[in-house]
Amino acid sequence: MAGVAVSTTINGDHVEYLCQPDETLLDVLRDRLGLTGAKEGCGTGDCGACSVIVDDRLVCSCLVLGAEAEGRQIETIEGMAHGDQLHPLQQKFLEHAALQCGICTPGFLIAAKDLLAKNPDPTEEEIRFGLAGNLCRCTGYDKIVRAVQDAANVMKEGSR
Amino acid sequence: MRYIRPQSMEDAVGLLAGAAGPAAILAGGSDLLVRMKGGFVEPELIVDIKAIDGLSEIRETADGFSIGAAVPCAVLGEHAALKKAWPGVVEAAKLIGSKQVQGRCTIVGNLCNASPAADSVPALVAAGARAVIAGPSGKRTIPVEAVPTGPGRTSLAKGEIIEAILLDKRAPHAGDAYQRFIPRTEMDIAVVSAGVNLTLDDAGVIKSARVAVGAAAPTVLLVEEAAQVLIGSKLDEATLERLAKVCAGACRPIDDKRGTIEFRRKVAGVLAKRVAATAYERAGGK
Repeated sequence: MAGVAVSTTINGDHVEYLCQPDETLLDVLRDRLGLTGAKEGCGTGDCGACSVIVDDRLVCSCLVLGAEAEGRQIETIEGMAHGDQLHPLQQKFLEHAALQCGICTPGFLIAAKDLLAKNPDPTEEEIRFGLAGNLCRCTGYDKIVRAVQDAANVMKEGSR
Repeated sequence: MRYIRPQSMEDAVGLLAGAAGPAAILAGGSDLLVRMKGGFVEPELIVDIKAIDGLSEIRETADGFSIGAAVPCAVLGEHAALKKAWPGVVEAAKLIGSKQVQGRCTIVGNLCNASPAADSVPALVAAGARAVIAGPSGKRTIPVEAVPTGPGRTSLAKGEIIEAILLDKRAPHAGDAYQRFIPRTEMDIAVVSAGVNLTLDDAGVIKSARVAVGAAAPTVLLVEEAAQVLIGSKLDEATLERLAKVCAGACRPIDDKRGTIEFRRKVAGVLAKRVAATAYERAGGK
């Protein structure tokens, strides 16, 4: 199979890679670019562990081909903190112990970031619906919801 | 396998028509990539249609709306004029999958995947939506119910691509609605579903109606007899009971792990009543 040459932007950096035509964006991120924050849970778009943002849309990177990334803007979990400065969502996930094994956490953080960007003051119900595409088999979700609510409050304070 | 992203519909049609092996059209990929991963399809060629001019847009025209084949369902939900005119179509499209899937999945993909349980299809059929098809011998426009011919099968010929879905401009006093039954609140596949589209006269009497039932036969059912029950009524209790009976009778469902034949028949009737009531209210009827 001939490789596809792709030129894209990931977390603000210009990136070029060659990938196979049937290779997913998730596999490109993890295996070619060393960005292993996005996880493969199901590989079929059901669990959300591979969530990334492509051109301001939350998507499962397992359901995007690497070839499709041409000319797009991609945000992954690796771009969420600024150096040692954690994003408020990351900080609140730590404070609320909103994770156990951690496999789902990068996906939850990316999905929560997208949720708060579009709805800075969500109700509990809106958070639960907004994160319904992310599965966690450890926490029972309550701590995740509380962490997102707390982060939303902090982010609102910060923007005042 | 080859991945090609043509810039024009002409090139896309040519690629598909000329493909020696199995070829697949890629818009959102939320069905295609899952089927590839599962080994159910092994395309030799993937034609990504997202770079084709106009396919990623919703256009409001003098005749209504034209929804491009590559428009993700999330965008339908953000289009205020479309939501106002066709709330049933939009609520159906918004039921497909999670936020992540919404950012990719399309109503044309939902239609061409040809699942009897597709959520947007009963709403589109009720709405009288039409599919604009580009192909090797030119363009043609057909009603959406003529696209799926059975589970996983469509009437599209080799080289044909649906480029847009057309929805009519709304007459006054019109409304549509869609509901499905699932055993949880979201992120599931319809056990049975119903879509209703109504137009009323100034007195609130139903002038025209279209009723569609999903997941109750190999393809979505357009229940003509149900429309005849509704026309001329103000949706009184007796009419609703007759509607339920006709819809239950029209079903040809299967028994499976998600629901029995008996359950699907019963719920098809219940949903048709509820959805008709919502459509009637949205049309301004009381």
